[in-house]
Amino acid sequence: MLPDALNIAVLVSQGRHPVSGRARRAHQDACALELALCLPQALATNVRAIHAGDPGQEALRDYLGMGIDGLTVLSQTAEDDALAVLHPYLAEQRPDVLLTGVRAECGEGSGLLPYLLADRLDWPLVTGIAAIERIENGAASLLQALPRGQRRRVRVSLPFVASVESAAAEPRQVAFARARRGRITGLTPATEIDQARTEWTLSAARPRPKRLKVTTARTAADRLRQATAKAQGSTGQIIRDDPQAAAKAIYELLVEEGVLRNTQGTGRV
Amino acid sequence: MSDLNRRDPRLAWILRNRLHPRHGELSGQPTRGPTGLLRKNPRPQWQYGPSGVRRLDRLQRGAAAGVSRLSVNKRHEQPALPVHRVGEPQAYIAVWLQTSGGRLTPHCKDVLGQAQQLAVAREEPTAVLGVLCGELKDPVDGAGIDRLLQVNGEAYDGYQPEAWTTLCTQVDAALQPLCWLLPDSGTSAELGRRLGVNLGERPATGVWKIDADTVLARNGAGNLDISRPRSRVMLLLEECALPCGEFRYEVRPMTLTLTAPTGTRLEDLGPVAVDPAEIPLAEAEFILAAGNGVRDWPQFHRAASVLGASEGASRVAVDDGFMPRNRQVGATGTWVSARVYIAVGISGAVQHLQGISKCEQVIAINRDADCDMVKRANLTAIGDSGDILAALLQLVATRATREVSDAA
Repeated sequence: MLPDALNIAVLVSQGRHPVSGRARRAHQDACALELALCLPQALATNVRAIHAGDPGQEALRDYLGMGIDGLTVLSQTAEDDALAVLHPYLAEQRPDVLLTGVRAECGEGSGLLPYLLADRLDWPLVTGIAAIERIENGAASLLQALPRGQRRRVRVSLPFVASVESAAAEPRQVAFARARRGRITGLTPATEIDQARTEWTLSAARPRPKRLKVTTARTAADRLRQATAKAQGSTGQIIRDDPQAAAKAIYELLVEEGVLRNTQGTGRV
Repeated sequence: MSDLNRRDPRLAWILRNRLHPRHGELSGQPTRGPTGLLRKNPRPQWQYGPSGVRRLDRLQRGAAAGVSRLSVNKRHEQPALPVHRVGEPQAYIAVWLQTSGGRLTPHCKDVLGQAQQLAVAREEPTAVLGVLCGELKDPVDGAGIDRLLQVNGEAYDGYQPEAWTTLCTQVDAALQPLCWLLPDSGTSAELGRRLGVNLGERPATGVWKIDADTVLARNGAGNLDISRPRSRVMLLLEECALPCGEFRYEVRPMTLTLTAPTGTRLEDLGPVAVDPAEIPLAEAEFILAAGNGVRDWPQFHRAASVLGASEGASRVAVDDGFMPRNRQVGATGTWVSARVYIAVGISGAVQHLQGISKCEQVIAINRDADCDMVKRANLTAIGDSGDILAALLQLVATRATREVSDAA
C-alpha cells in the first residue's frame, strides 16, 4: 500500500428484497461500494468493506462478488448496538472517507448511524450523495441528490462521512466465483445490547388509513358545490391579445417561483 | 348569479303606488280591514341576512327601502375564522417550518396540525413555536403557528444543515420545548437527525401516529411498525394528522438572542444544472407542456431548452406523433407534481386536469378564453401561442444578456 493511498471504508449490511423479502445486498450500500470502486485509479484508493452483525449471512458474499478483496465483520447479534463496535474500530483504523447507505433495509432503518458516527468521530457528514466528483488536496467535491432529480455540489475536507442515495450509479453485477472465493474476516470486539430497543414492540406494517376528503362547508348548497365543482383556481389573472404583456407576466411569475436558473453559470452534469 | 343586493323594481313600483292592494303591507303602515279594524299580515316576511341566513325582518327595514334580497342572497365568501390565542405559554412545542419556494409544504402543515393537537391536549397553555430560516411568501395564519421565530442571515442561507442545527440547539437551550416535531422528508429529515444527535436524544423516525404515551413509527423499509415511547425529537411522515382548519392563529413573532454559527464544514457550492430531459416527468419541477394548439414545434422545443423546463404533452399531441408517449401528462400518462406548469395550447380535458392536480402554479397559453384550462390556471395568456412564446424567448434572452453585462 502506498503511503499516500486514500483509505475508503464502506459500511455494508444485509438487505431485503422489497417484494420477495429474500436476503440480498442492500441497494444503497451496494451503491456506496460501487462509488468507492469507481473512483479514478490515480487516487490509489484502498477500499475496504465493514459489516457489524452476524458473519454467517450469505448475502454478505454479494459484496465480495463485486470485486473487493475481503470483508471485515464485527460480530454481534441483531439486538446489539452497531455503534458500540463500529466507533472504536473506525477510530482505530481512521479511514479518509467513510461511505454508508442512507438507511438500512432491515430492522429500524432510521438512518441514524452515519450521523452518530460523524458526531463521535467529529467528522463532517454529507447526506444523500449521488457521486464523488473529485478528491484533491485534502478536499472532496461531492454531488448531493435532491428530490425532483436535482443535484447540489458540496465541498468538504477529508476525512468525512457520506451516506449514498439510491440515485447514484447502479451497482455492478455480482460475480459468483469471486463471491465464493472472497474471504470474510471475523472480529469479536466487545459489544453491548441496544437498551432503547428492548422497550419497543415490532409488528408487521398495517396499511395506513387513507385520508378522507374533508369538507368544511356549512350549508348543503356549499357541500353540493364542493362535491360537484370542477377544479379551478381561485384568482386567475387573464391577459388578452397582448403577447408582450403576457410574456412579461409569465416571465415575472417564473422568476418569482425561482424556476429560471439559466443565468447561473454552473456546468451541466 | 351575482352576489349583489338588487333593488327590485316591482317592489319599488308597489311602494310608489298607493292604490296597489299590497301597498300598505309593504310600506310598513298598518292596514285597515273592510270593517275598519287594523289588520296585521300573519305570514312571515322573510329577509336574507348578509351571510345568506333567512331572517324575519320585524323592523321592516328592507321593505321601507324597497330592497329585495329574495332573488340573490347566498354569499359565498368564507366567514372569518375565530382566532386561537395563547396568552402566556408555559411550554412550547417546536416545529421546524419546511418551505418550498417560500410556502409551507403540505407535509409541514400536517406536522403543524399534529403539534396543535398535542398542544391543545395539555392542561397548561402550550404554544406551537415555528422555527423558520428564510422568507415566507404567503400569510400563514391558518397553518397553526402560535409563535414564529424567523431567522434571516447569510449564515443560514442555502444549504446549511450545521448552522440550522446550531440554531435549533440554541432555541432548545433557551425555551426548553417539550418536543421537536419535524417533517421526515428532505432537508428537515436531515436536520431532525442532526438535532437529535446534538441533543443526545434518540429521534423517533417515520412516526405516523402519536398516542397518549407511545408513538407508532414505520421502519426504513416500510414493512414494520414500531410501537415505541415518545421521544423529544420526532420526525413525522406525511398525513400524520389533519392540517389545522378551524382557527386562525396569532403568528406572533419572537426574538431570541442567538450567537452566530461558527464556521461550517460543508461548503454549499449551489445547485448544478441538470439536463431537464433526463429528469423523470413525474418528478420534474418545471414543465412546459404542448397540446393541439401548438403549430411551431421547433420553437416549442427551443423554448423548453431556453427556459430549462421538462417537456410534457397532452394526449392529442402524442397521438399526432409530435411528442413521445413517455411525455404524456394526464390520467392515462404521467401524474405530474411540478411546481410550475405551463400549458401551451391545451384546452384541459378532464383526464389532463387530473394529471396536473398536484401542480401549484399553472400558466395557460391558449386562444380560447372559455376552456377548462383557463379556469384552472393561475395566469392565462389569451392569444396565439407562437407569438407569446416568441415574445417570452426574446424577453429571456434580453434579460439574460443584461444580467451578464451587469455582473461584468
